[in-house]
Amino acid sequence: MARSPALRRFLSHPWVLGVLGILTVFLVWWLVTASGMVDKLFLPGPGAVWLAGTDQFQRGILVADAVASIKRVFIGFAISAGLALPIGIAMGTNRTICHFLEPLMALIRYMPAPAFIPLLIIYFGLEELPKVMLIFIGTFFFNTLMIMDAVKFVPSELVETALTLGGRGLPILTRVVAPYIAPQVLDTYRINMASAWNLVIVAELVAANEGLGKRISLAQRFLRTDEIFVGLIVIGLIGLMIDLGFRFLMRRACSWAN
Amino acid sequence: MHLQVSQVSKSFGEGRDRKLVLETISFELFSGQFMALVGSSGSGKSTVMRLIAGLERPSEGTIHLDGVPVRRPGSDRGMVFQKYSLYPWLTAAQNVAFGLSLQGRGKAEIRERTAYFLDVVGLADAARLLPRELSGGMQQRVAIARALATEPKVLLLDEPFGALDLQIRESMQEFLHDLWKRTGLTALLITHDIEEALLLAGTVHIMAPRPGRIVHTVDVQLDRSDLRHLRVSQPFLELREELASRLRSLDGSLL
Repeated sequence: MARSPALRRFLSHPWVLGVLGILTVFLVWWLVTASGMVDKLFLPGPGAVWLAGTDQFQRGILVADAVASIKRVFIGFAISAGLALPIGIAMGTNRTICHFLEPLMALIRYMPAPAFIPLLIIYFGLEELPKVMLIFIGTFFFNTLMIMDAVKFVPSELVETALTLGGRGLPILTRVVAPYIAPQVLDTYRINMASAWNLVIVAELVAANEGLGKRISLAQRFLRTDEIFVGLIVIGLIGLMIDLGFRFLMRRACSWAN
Repeated sequence: MHLQVSQVSKSFGEGRDRKLVLETISFELFSGQFMALVGSSGSGKSTVMRLIAGLERPSEGTIHLDGVPVRRPGSDRGMVFQKYSLYPWLTAAQNVAFGLSLQGRGKAEIRERTAYFLDVVGLADAARLLPRELSGGMQQRVAIARALATEPKVLLLDEPFGALDLQIRESMQEFLHDLWKRTGLTALLITHDIEEALLLAGTVHIMAPRPGRIVHTVDVQLDRSDLRHLRVSQPFLELREELASRLRSLDGSLL
């Protein structure tokens, strides 16, 4: 193999190897299915999956499903993130509030969110509310506790400096604590967004009219493995895009932390 | 300006865990004075600073600034910490402006004073840099400029050069001395470095540990026209050795 500097520089670019890794899996997938070793019913080839995907796209199902799932995730996660921020900051700055809420949250956090599904269906029926609630329950406590931790690790010198400069009360929160924790808050949201995606699919597998998870469970019923693969890949791609979005936001808004 | 610390004691903890860290500390500081508190770790010198800053309250005794008892932190007592006290998301200029904007001063005034105090510490060119782009010495100069910008009556310096390399520390000591001469500021310096205290301060209090107390006070009469020369001059070295042996005997008595 020619070890030219140009090639080495090309390979050392982080994106190149990442794309190479994905392409390898596709290649193996294609080889295995093209050789006819595995029954197409169980493992369709990339071409079949692509056709199933374009078919779903042309019939408008794919976009409708993706929009339905994304909407649930965003509503549920927005409520969770929006409430976790003030409560997490309150717990991080006030010892009484922290002692009051932390054991409760630590307890609920260990209850698996999908175990709430039967209750949520009994309480809220089969519409949107139980799905949104599931995402809320599954992410709120993690969001809150991680934000609380971020607040607790704000260096005391930064707060005390503001105090000796004549600062007091709310401005300390908005001008010292908030900017300091911003990168960690964004990272918390980025990490917990992944659970939100897990949960929306779980919720849709149980009961839904549309959504990417619903489509997967329908495909299972008709043994359409190609459609299952379409669902999995689309979910993965959307998740990756959200992740990259958060990273982009963090680089733009918190460049000082890099 | 008159800072009066009288009969101040401080304990931390409750009941059986109660620990006396400062025992009846008294001293006075007047306008234009440069005073230093020297002691080893555990001598409670940082606690003295935090009490004056209003970040802690004395268990006994009182602290008055111009006759007004100190109850909480305020911009009339500017403070410079040992490290990590610049806001990493703000540029050097925004850090200097931070106190002024907390006080709600006008934009034009903030801009003017920020430029002035950055210039005072010799960092006019670094105005737009973030703290991580500045060296340790430059960061501490920004912190000093930030504390000075709100025009405190007294500047509290808590081991301001303790985290710096020796060479940078020496140039920062010269910088601080020069700043004091130029601006006539009033300063209280906490340090464990006898040389630093003797170079900069007109009055040096030596503190003993467990519980923290002032055991010796020196009025330093030295020719400070050239600090580099002073560092190696005979009277300076003798005085330094005398105080060093005092400090050693304090630590030795604990062994």
